[in-house]
Amino acid sequence: MNDVANRNQLAYIAAQASDARVNVEFESEGMTLNLGPQHPATHGTLRVIVKLDGERVLRADPMMGYMHRGYEKLAEVRTYPQVTTLVNRIDWLGSFANEVPFILAAEQLMEVEAPPRAQWIRTILFELSRIANVILFLGDMGVQLGAVTPVFFAFRDREFVLNQIEAVTGGRFHPNFDRIGGLKDDLPKGWIEETTGVLDRIRTFCDEMEDLVTGNEIFQARTRGIGVIPAEVGLAYGLSGANIRASGVDWDLRRDGGVGLVHDQVDWKVWTHPDGDSFARYWVRLQEVREACGIIEQLLGGIPSGPVMAKVPRIIKVPAGEAYVETENPLGVMGYYVVSKGDLVPFRVKIRSASFNNISITPWVLEGTYVPDVVSILASLYFILGDIDR
Amino acid sequence: MILAADPLLVDGIDLTVVLIVLLKAGVAFALLLVAVMLVIWFERKLISDMQNRIGPALAGPWGILQTLADGIKLFFKEDLLPTRADRVVFRLAPYLSIIPAFVAFAIVPVGGDFSDGGDGTVSMFGRSTFLQVADPPVGVLFFLALSAVAVYGVMLAGWSSGSKYPLLGSVRASAQMISYEAALGLAIATVFLSSGSLSTHDIVVGQSATTWNVLATGIVPFGIFLIAGTAELNRPPFDLVEAEQELVGGFHTEYSSIRFALFFLSEFMNMITMSAIAVTLFLGGPAGPIVTQRVAWVWPLFWFFLKVMAFLFTFVWLRATLPRFRYDQLMDLGWKVLIPAALGWFLLIATLDVAADLGWPTIPVVIVGVLVLWGGASLLSGAVRKAQAERLEEADRGADETAGSASGLGEA
Amino acid sequence: MSDYLRNWLTLVVFGGVAVLLVGAFLGLGSLVRPSRQTSQKAVVYESGVDPQGDMWSQSNIRYYVFALMFVLFDVEAVFIFPWATRLEVYDVFGLVEMAIFIFILALGLFYAWRKGLLRWI
Repeated sequence: MNDVANRNQLAYIAAQASDARVNVEFESEGMTLNLGPQHPATHGTLRVIVKLDGERVLRADPMMGYMHRGYEKLAEVRTYPQVTTLVNRIDWLGSFANEVPFILAAEQLMEVEAPPRAQWIRTILFELSRIANVILFLGDMGVQLGAVTPVFFAFRDREFVLNQIEAVTGGRFHPNFDRIGGLKDDLPKGWIEETTGVLDRIRTFCDEMEDLVTGNEIFQARTRGIGVIPAEVGLAYGLSGANIRASGVDWDLRRDGGVGLVHDQVDWKVWTHPDGDSFARYWVRLQEVREACGIIEQLLGGIPSGPVMAKVPRIIKVPAGEAYVETENPLGVMGYYVVSKGDLVPFRVKIRSASFNNISITPWVLEGTYVPDVVSILASLYFILGDIDR
Repeated sequence: MILAADPLLVDGIDLTVVLIVLLKAGVAFALLLVAVMLVIWFERKLISDMQNRIGPALAGPWGILQTLADGIKLFFKEDLLPTRADRVVFRLAPYLSIIPAFVAFAIVPVGGDFSDGGDGTVSMFGRSTFLQVADPPVGVLFFLALSAVAVYGVMLAGWSSGSKYPLLGSVRASAQMISYEAALGLAIATVFLSSGSLSTHDIVVGQSATTWNVLATGIVPFGIFLIAGTAELNRPPFDLVEAEQELVGGFHTEYSSIRFALFFLSEFMNMITMSAIAVTLFLGGPAGPIVTQRVAWVWPLFWFFLKVMAFLFTFVWLRATLPRFRYDQLMDLGWKVLIPAALGWFLLIATLDVAADLGWPTIPVVIVGVLVLWGGASLLSGAVRKAQAERLEEADRGADETAGSASGLGEA
Repeated sequence: MSDYLRNWLTLVVFGGVAVLLVGAFLGLGSLVRPSRQTSQKAVVYESGVDPQGDMWSQSNIRYYVFALMFVLFDVEAVFIFPWATRLEVYDVFGLVEMAIFIFILALGLFYAWRKGLLRWI
């Protein structure tokens, strides 16, 4: 662990402890409390064991694996096209985005490239699934702090995004649409205009969230200065996505990685926030939804014509070799390390999912906080259980 | 000396009086239970409308019987007693929670003609009486006492469950409720200045003679009362006691069946009572702008319920809009803002009243009063700020020394 | 029986009815509800896992100071409420007395504030 950060944290606790001396009449053994696996705050089966002194957290340990489904192992007995069906279910809120890095890795091994039109549509769907994922976070953050209304607004407007995804792929939650060498199908007629309308709705939703949540004094008091993650600590724990950008690290694979997707064709901005607290993580995500709307809008205007599928053999055998491709998924960096022995099935697939790394910082960040902040910090780190346990 | 007395009871007690008292009690209970049923439905329907949902829609027209259906269901649910619970206290706690909720409503005047100096008497079976179950001379104090008893219900329920979430919830509850009780009392004290009585009936009569207390006391005590009342009710944004995302159900996590229903009932009954008390103390009770000669007895009831509905709407609205406070922020608001503000305002109003009594000019008195209060407040807050700075400095110094022991604490 | 007590009598009747009603609820409930207790049902809730440790372990309730201060402010009500209803009787004398009393009270509050007792730690 990072020495500087460790020291800061200890100094913080010491400061709290020296203040506490006024009130402490006896040294208590503390209370061990399980938050999860079945708890309203953990939207899934995450278990956090917190050791409490009063309501102050002395130590917090996340326990993962209650939802482990063994996708890495299962992928070893599935042919390459079949794997997308599995990985859809990793981050179930932005499912299309899960398929993309795997397909890109397979394409890299086979040395095929999707035609431009497929790449553009891929990028559009990728960003749509980002919106579908992140606006639920924007609503959920309110729920975790006790304001239940935003999440219903989020679900309302998420429907429209899902409708658009369904119109193209046929699947609302699990599209299974990406193919090695391109896409299963082309866009339906009139889809582009409809999507533009949906983007306006999403922008309105963002404005609503600014009114209802961001500017609220209680919300600010509950999130500003809470759960501060300095950039070096975040990097040391392998945080990615909006979590690390909220700590001021200007790193986004859509701009800096640039494999297979066409984010470099449009004009957009990577948002960062210097504070690194819960509010910053919320704020950065809110801006990213807006930015994603802009990206999609520009892409919609310039989809090149042509086929959506490259020439790929009917039965896909991937030549021996290994490839690692990572993309900037809604939750952070998601990567697939694919090893092929030249068979119909991959020899080994290692999935680097964003939430697993994001959640591993919890013992550090929760130490010395209070029970209510445990919930808000966990919410602001934004994990999906499927993405942790795979 | 005004000693509030229900004219019904002045001439001794005979059978008619006893019957009238029992009738009033029965009607009050029926009213309260039906009102609770409707308020729960009202809240659910309203909040679902605000949240873009339909809400209860199947039981009865517009789902209005949903609460009844829920209640009947709870009757048929198994009653569970946790192994580690303290049996006696666990069973006692629902009583302590719901009985104060019932009884507190007794002091609220719900009707009677208070316009044009009317004293709110109605005649019933040839006897004149007030439209309230009881009018003790210290009615408001009685209300405060009952809301303090209700703290026991919540606290003991959480403690006796022998479970961790309820325990944390009850610890929060006791601190929160007593803290805001102080602010609540101070806000009400300002009302006594202008009314000169502790009886709810006299307070309403006093308001009908002059202006409503919300103006007579300046808006500030009303605002403090509303905030402190919301906190006293454990309603959002002050619902830390049962903060679902943190403490699951809070103090009633381990309760099931009809015992749970009793907590639920008492929560909504308290909400109605608090609204009714707010109407009584600050908004002139059953008095209203329009009272016709025909069916004159309906209008006060109408105005009373309209005002109560406005408060209930506000409570639901707050719930739909605001996130929850954190515990220390809640306490800061209570002790560092509301109580000092209530104390200062109380003194200011008292000074103004005395000045008006002695015929001093109002404006200079206001200016001097505000200046003195402002000076005192800034002096004290300056001291606090300096102390905080000193403490932070000390903490910085102490950080290095205690770093070792703190790491030991973390591993304990 | 004096007028004063008769009003309380009504309240006692009302409270009695309330107790009866709640008792009737619970009695009715116990008549109609099933009872099939198993040891698993009586386990307390702790997020779906077996509870760890003792429920009544010593823990540091940091807000007991607030309880003490609440007593202070509640006792204060004993002075303030009667005075507030009799404001005109005592006039300036009473006002000055009350101002001094409240100032001392506020001083106590600010002392606790300054000592850092109003913080969660």
